[in-house]
Formats: sequence, structure tokens, C-alpha cells
Amino acid sequence: MFLINCPFCGEREQSEFKAGGEAHILRPKQPTELSDDEWAEYLFMRKNIKGIQFERWNHSHGCRKWFNVIRDTSNDQIKAVYKMGQKPPAI
Amino acid sequence: MKNKYSIFSLVKNAFSYHENWEKAWKDPTPKKEYDVVIIGGGGHGLATAYYLAKKHGMKNIAVVEKGWIGGGNTGRNTTIIRSNYLWDASAGLYDHALKIWENLSTELNYNVMFSQRGVMNLAHNLQDVRDLKRRTHANRLNGIDSVYLTTDEVKKFCPIINTSQKIRYPVLGGTLQKRAGTARHDAVAWGYARGADEMGVDIIQNCEVKGIKRTFDSVEGIETTRGFIKTRKIGVVAAGHSSVIASMVGLRLPLESKPLQALVSEPVKPIIDTVVMSNAVHAYISQSDKGELVIGAGTDDYVSYTQKGSHDIIEGTLNAILELYPIFSRMRMLRQWGGIVDICPDASPIISKTSIKGLYFNCGWGTGGFKATPGSGDLFAHTIANDEPHKLNAAFNLNRFVSGDLVDEHGAAAVAH
Repeated sequence: MFLINCPFCGEREQSEFKAGGEAHILRPKQPTELSDDEWAEYLFMRKNIKGIQFERWNHSHGCRKWFNVIRDTSNDQIKAVYKMGQKPPAI
Repeated sequence: MKNKYSIFSLVKNAFSYHENWEKAWKDPTPKKEYDVVIIGGGGHGLATAYYLAKKHGMKNIAVVEKGWIGGGNTGRNTTIIRSNYLWDASAGLYDHALKIWENLSTELNYNVMFSQRGVMNLAHNLQDVRDLKRRTHANRLNGIDSVYLTTDEVKKFCPIINTSQKIRYPVLGGTLQKRAGTARHDAVAWGYARGADEMGVDIIQNCEVKGIKRTFDSVEGIETTRGFIKTRKIGVVAAGHSSVIASMVGLRLPLESKPLQALVSEPVKPIIDTVVMSNAVHAYISQSDKGELVIGAGTDDYVSYTQKGSHDIIEGTLNAILELYPIFSRMRMLRQWGGIVDICPDASPIISKTSIKGLYFNCGWGTGGFKATPGSGDLFAHTIANDEPHKLNAAFNLNRFVSGDLVDEHGAAAVAH
């Protein structure tokens, strides 16, 4: 349990948010040309990092907007929050 | 040869105030080289080592564990054992485990307190009713005992359930697997550890794996906090930390590690003599032999390795428990804990070779690995010893995420994930 600083609403309890998993996974530009291995990588394989992870969150019980979070998964400390489309800040 | 545990050994040791029992397993210093190293000393890892020694004649085996054996998810689950899974592949896998459970105490000469008290799954909406009926039929076609119960039959089997049709999620029916039940989680790890130790397996605790040494296409050994250990075969059974081990060789797995919580109440006299699971409202409950109510909650939806979990998850579960069992309204909870579960996209496990020769993974058990402990160990041992899967775990290979041949047990297995 922790607080998340929504870039649109401010600090709220984590239970107001929905986790959206690993961030910065790019949708394939040419889906028809992907091999089965590449599809598996895109769809299923995850870094699942113990440590600093870049991830997406949705303020589902608030403004319902998506944004990015940098969080240490070994202690749930949030290092930075930034909007969709922005470059991740250096930490 | 270890001394056999029996009523006579108990009486004999009573005369020396139980101070002279021999150690159930040794505390060896790691050797320079092993034929197989199992990473992870939980139930699954110890069972794997046990069956490698027992059924495949391997002698030079080590289990390395970063903490103490059975201290991870083996000691953190709600000890429920059942095999009423929907798909043929899962039914084969989990019923294989259940059959081993039925004779495990005798086989290990260690009382794992396996109790076939039955597991009941409740239906709370029309879709639940349809799904549970479908699953009952599928189970019976696979030779798994499973019956569908009406609301009245649910009430008869477990009288403390509130079957009023006026509550928010009324009980519309349920299923019952009578061969299912519970076991003592620690005893499973300890029993397998003792059995494996007797056959010469080195159980090395407080030994964390820091890296894996490999050539281009095969493994050569592991770097640990207790030095380098050479080996040609590595079986990884690291549950929530599987992705961490995989990253040491540059592999990614289709896993997300999330906290799963459970809690127990103060001990009370026997009140519930079965296991009841409700996936729609996410509440599992049973009673331990000590008298505590054992309550399983859900996972958090974010990746975390903290072994904690959010309070709102527990709140949701206890709301559901209180609506279904108003009798528990004044029970006090004693302890709460979290385990890190590695969840696959299809909610089925991976017992598989990898693209690297000599590296095997047994992971992805998610929220329901305890029940499979003996079967998982047996099949993983087969996979490692023969370098190919047993027919019962062939479907649970890593390649299914490439081929698309998933074993989709999300929701289908009558358990909330």
C-alpha cells in the first residue's frame, strides 16, 4: 500500500489506481511481418524487475487518465511520475 | 539410514526429554561440483531433488536456498489441495499430484497431515453456475471426483454459510471435490528435505545465487554467496524470483510477480470442517488443526517483491467472509502476511526446458502452487533427468507462448487469480 502522485489530481491512495504493467512496450509497426517469436516477446514476455521498474498506471477511480511511474518494486518506493508521451526523467 | 519415525521412536525419545532426536537434514558445506543444482529450497525444489535421487538414480545433487527451506511461498499459502481443473492438461497435472498426496506421509515416513476434508467452490451468479456445472462435467470425464450442489446441499454440507438469497452475492450453488483438502505446509518441505538428505542430497541454506556462468548455449555453474558451484544442469524453482534468476542469463519469462495475502484468526473450537472457496467474491476459508481460521485473499494488481500487500485487498476479502459467514463477525485476526507469486498470462505453470542447454524452469504457479508440490517435483525431476518432459507436463512448456497453445485456466479453474 502506498500513495501515488497523479500528475493530474495530486497524491491519492494506490487503491484508487489500476496498475497497467510494464511501460514503454512499443506496439509493432508492421504487425503482419512479425514472427511468432516476436509476437510472444511483445505479448507475453516481461522484465518483471526486482528494483527500478518503469510502469503504467491509470487513475481509474479519479480522472481516469493514464500516466507513467518509476517505482522500486523491492520496496514500493516511487521515484518519479511523468505523463504519457514524455521522456522518463533521469533518476 | 535415518531412524524411522514411529510411535516407538516417540516413546523412546520421551525418556531423554526429546533432546536426542537426530537431525532431519544436515548442514553441508557446498561441494565444488554437482550433477544437478536446484535453485530454491521450497516444497517444489525439495520434491524435485527427492525424486531425482529416488526415481532417476542421481546421486550428486544440491538444493541451494537463499533463506531457510520452506520459508517462501511454501510457508505462506493457505494449504489448499484440489485437482478440479477444467482443461485436460491441468486435470492430468493436478490429479497426478493429488494421487501422490494420498500416500505421501507413508512414502516419506513424515506426517504431512494430509486431510481430505473436501473443497467446496461456491457459485454467486448465473455465469458461475454455468461455469461450475461445465467444470464438474469436464472433471468427471477426466476421472476426477466432482459433484454439483444445490444451495440446500451447500447449506447441508457447511451449515454456517449464509444462504439467504437476499445478500449482495447469494449462494446459488456450488461444487464439491471430496478427495480434496489440506496439508501441513511446513511438513511437506521438511518431509521432502529429510527424504532427500537421506539419499545424499546436499541441502544448502543461506546460499543466495548471484549469477549463472554459461557458455554460448549451455550452463557451467552458479555464483553464490558461498562461492562458485560447478554444474551442467540447473533446475530453477524460485517462484516469485524466477524472473530475477532468468535475467542472469538474459532470458525473459512471461511472468509478473505480485503479492498474494493470507491471514489467520485467533484459534477457536472446530467450526468449519471443510474448505470453502468463492471466486466471485474472492474469499477462501478453512480451519487449521490449531483452530485458526485460515483466510486467503487476492493478489495486488501491481508487480512487487515486498511480501506485503494492500489493506484494501484484505478489507474486500473480509467483507465477503462476513457476508457469507456472519458467525465470524467478532473474530479477531492474529496474523497477516504476503507471498510473492509468479503469475503466467494463462494462469498455468511452466515446467520446461529453455533455449539454454542444462537450464530448466519450474515456475508460474501463481496463486495455486502448493497443491501441486509432489506432482511438480516428480515431473520436473523427470524433465531434468531425461532432458525432455513427461507426457503430463508436455503442455506446460515455455514454447506455448510462441505457439499460442495456452492452457487457459484464468477463471476456468473455479479460482480467482
